[in-house]
Amino acid sequence: MIFTLHIWRQKNVNTQGKFAVYEIDNIDNDTSFLEMLDQLNERLIIQGEDCIVFDYDCREGICGACSLVINGYPHGEKSATTTCQLYMREYKNQSELWIEPWRANSFPVIKDLTVDRSAFDRIMQSGGYISIHTGCAPEANNTLVEKHASDEAFNSATCIGCGACVAVCPNASATLFVAAKITHLALLPQGQIESKNRAKKLILKMQSEGFGSCSNHRHCARVCPKDVSLQNITRMNKILG
Amino acid sequence: MSQLNSNEPIGPLENRWKNHVFDLALIAPQNRKKYKIIVIGTGLAGSSLCATLGEAGYKVNSFCFQDSARRAHSIAAQGGINATKNYQNDGDSVWRLFYDTIKGGDFRARESNVYRLAELSNNIIDQTVAQGVPFAREYSGYLANRSFGGTQVSRTFYAKGQTGQQLLLGAYSAMSRQIENGRVTHHARSEMLEIITINGKARGVVVRDLVTGELSTHTADCVVLCTGGYVNAYYLSTNAKGCNTSATWRGFKQGAYFANPSFTQIHPTCIPPTLENQSKLTLMSESLRNDGRIWAPKQAKDCKKKPKDIKEEDRDYFLERLYPAFANLVPRDVASRAVKHICDEGRGVGVKIHGKRLGVYLDFSDVIKKIGLAQVEGKYGNLFEMYQRITDDDPYLTPMKIYPAPHYSMGGLWVDYNLMTTLNGLFVAGEANFSDHGANRLGASALMQGLADGYFILPQTIANYLARNTFDEIKPNHKKVQRALNIAKVRIEQLMNAPEAKYSPEYFHQKLGKILWESCGMSREGARLKQAIDEIKALQLEFWQTIKVTGVDQDLNQTLERAGRVADFIELGALMCKDALNREESCGAHARVEYLSLEGEARRDDKNYSFVAAWEYQQDGVRLHEEYLHFEFIKPSVRNYK
Repeated sequence: MIFTLHIWRQKNVNTQGKFAVYEIDNIDNDTSFLEMLDQLNERLIIQGEDCIVFDYDCREGICGACSLVINGYPHGEKSATTTCQLYMREYKNQSELWIEPWRANSFPVIKDLTVDRSAFDRIMQSGGYISIHTGCAPEANNTLVEKHASDEAFNSATCIGCGACVAVCPNASATLFVAAKITHLALLPQGQIESKNRAKKLILKMQSEGFGSCSNHRHCARVCPKDVSLQNITRMNKILG
Repeated sequence: MSQLNSNEPIGPLENRWKNHVFDLALIAPQNRKKYKIIVIGTGLAGSSLCATLGEAGYKVNSFCFQDSARRAHSIAAQGGINATKNYQNDGDSVWRLFYDTIKGGDFRARESNVYRLAELSNNIIDQTVAQGVPFAREYSGYLANRSFGGTQVSRTFYAKGQTGQQLLLGAYSAMSRQIENGRVTHHARSEMLEIITINGKARGVVVRDLVTGELSTHTADCVVLCTGGYVNAYYLSTNAKGCNTSATWRGFKQGAYFANPSFTQIHPTCIPPTLENQSKLTLMSESLRNDGRIWAPKQAKDCKKKPKDIKEEDRDYFLERLYPAFANLVPRDVASRAVKHICDEGRGVGVKIHGKRLGVYLDFSDVIKKIGLAQVEGKYGNLFEMYQRITDDDPYLTPMKIYPAPHYSMGGLWVDYNLMTTLNGLFVAGEANFSDHGANRLGASALMQGLADGYFILPQTIANYLARNTFDEIKPNHKKVQRALNIAKVRIEQLMNAPEAKYSPEYFHQKLGKILWESCGMSREGARLKQAIDEIKALQLEFWQTIKVTGVDQDLNQTLERAGRVADFIELGALMCKDALNREESCGAHARVEYLSLEGEARRDDKNYSFVAAWEYQQDGVRLHEEYLHFEFIKPSVRNYK
């Protein structure tokens, strides 16, 4: 297969970026999207050019490192899929692809397609945990958890912290990310005691990091590669009261 | 050859850790803030350690190369974590987990360490449940379990196929709490390039800021490496692309011995390679072998047929046939060898790569019939989805195709019972050390080990080390600090400016991977290993002559990062082959064709090789040290899963 790639190149946060155009051929159906970029980078090395920088690590859709807005969609158009799990069989031969970084003020571009998502870590540090000391935990089966609640908590906890929800939101809001953590812990008896306070802290921190508020566009759940649902936001709102 | 002292306690096995903890020196709470500890890597071992040390009150500096601590590769562990709770009333006990692990490792691990691991397993489950890790539960609200390879009890706790993710997020959240408290300072996108050794003690590190390319030095009272395994040496593996040996290799070069480098696990159930320029392989959790049945066509002529067109009587359920007692749940090394054997016979399925079909079927049709689609979806839904996304095949309708792939390294830096290396003040935890798994790791035990090391073992043994030693203050301009910084600088200059820059890091990595996979993979042979050592030496020369890194070093430069890691993999690769050549026996994952039984099973030589091979770096090569393994409680026997 052959593709025309329009790729965002930006030296650093202080310089302006622009799209560069690359033609690439010899791409197999079973080649992944990132493997296509790998092949392009190999070519750039031969040509003596600086490689295109993009984040990736596990390439199994779980670490949350990969990003990329592809033809306007974070992680591409295919639902419930991270960029690293996209295969070129999803795309028509000889089509054009526009590849950009996440765009949000709270995720400044570091270089090319890589952005700084450390704001997510700082939100978690502000209270995304149960305050338990190592070594003092009681026997695990002393705390029973209703299966349905536990399954729902798991569904919220599958968030990989990639930031696609922010990238797609017109307000660049991190509400889905925050709500998933609040819901995960609030659904479990272990986490209930701190739940209201936790929710307040996380929302405040989200705002102070410069993310916008939720105004119910609901694009976030649609692009979430892990299918984290809007119900998390409903639940969070209930907890906040 | 000298003998190594493991500092194991003596006496009854069940009292050893307890007594040892009592004998360890303590540091009073008010004094802990005076001590600085550096932790490299934030997987299960690293983040759980940072959380616990921070909580205790030490000053912790942690580093990871990823953009967030939460992305370390522990996140990708699928299947589960073992503990001896015996919730299923199937006769499980600490002793049985200890026995299974020693036997599973083919009698090449230390009894005291493994017993301690089994003992701590229950506390890990308590701890993580309290953190809010959403493990699978029964309708009663109690925790659920499933079975894993190499055992006959159901002791594995799990969160669908994302157990590693949930455990790591638990540890990450506990670590985040300590960052908020100001006790842990974390540096993401930071790669350790050198260890600073002063007066024979590890006292700091040189770190490269991966965004700006700037080098900085950090000093402390001790250094802990929690930097994971090295099977990316094979190029194609189930590891994340960034996994590397560089931190442990720097430790090795500073005087920490490297133990059993040839003990690498090739996991049986991975998605087979389909392309020659593929970037990685994907694991399909071992938990699938609970319900999936592995088979291949009985006759080579059926290999090209669609699986549904192969009649039941023409299918060979070879694991069930060869190992009736454990059947599809034999340990990983045994299963991998059997799969390889079938494919070598020409009975593999799938596309041909280098003239061979590399794949067998993993079939769920029986279990779907038995318990229904919905139940199967509940157990394995996310794994099936992942498989379909990668291969475009629907495992609910047609069997999966699987083939073994490099997955885990049992070898690693040598550590004593306190998890300290032969370099004072350098501790190693998790997959980065060699302890506990012997020559083959059983499923659901890596998560257990990482968390046992981080939550429970190191916080005690590090305190002891700090209490029993004195530490002079180190100025940033100390000549040893400046020397380490300079070594890192010179190395980067060499990578950036090779005399005949021509080939990318990938070029060398792929070449190395091919040599290692063919010589030091699932089957090994003396003459081929010797040849591989020569090939790797030649590759190393070619690397430093022709490595091409574009861009500049004072910048985010992923090509430079890769080049540095590949350079270390090349050197490690040679040591892996050397270790495999030296060990003239087969044990666990290490299968020397000269030392296999007629049925193809590993034939150990306990008389001559019941030791840990610990390699010391020297200017002119490496020197072997042997730590003899004493089996006081379990008599080494022939591993039999039939």
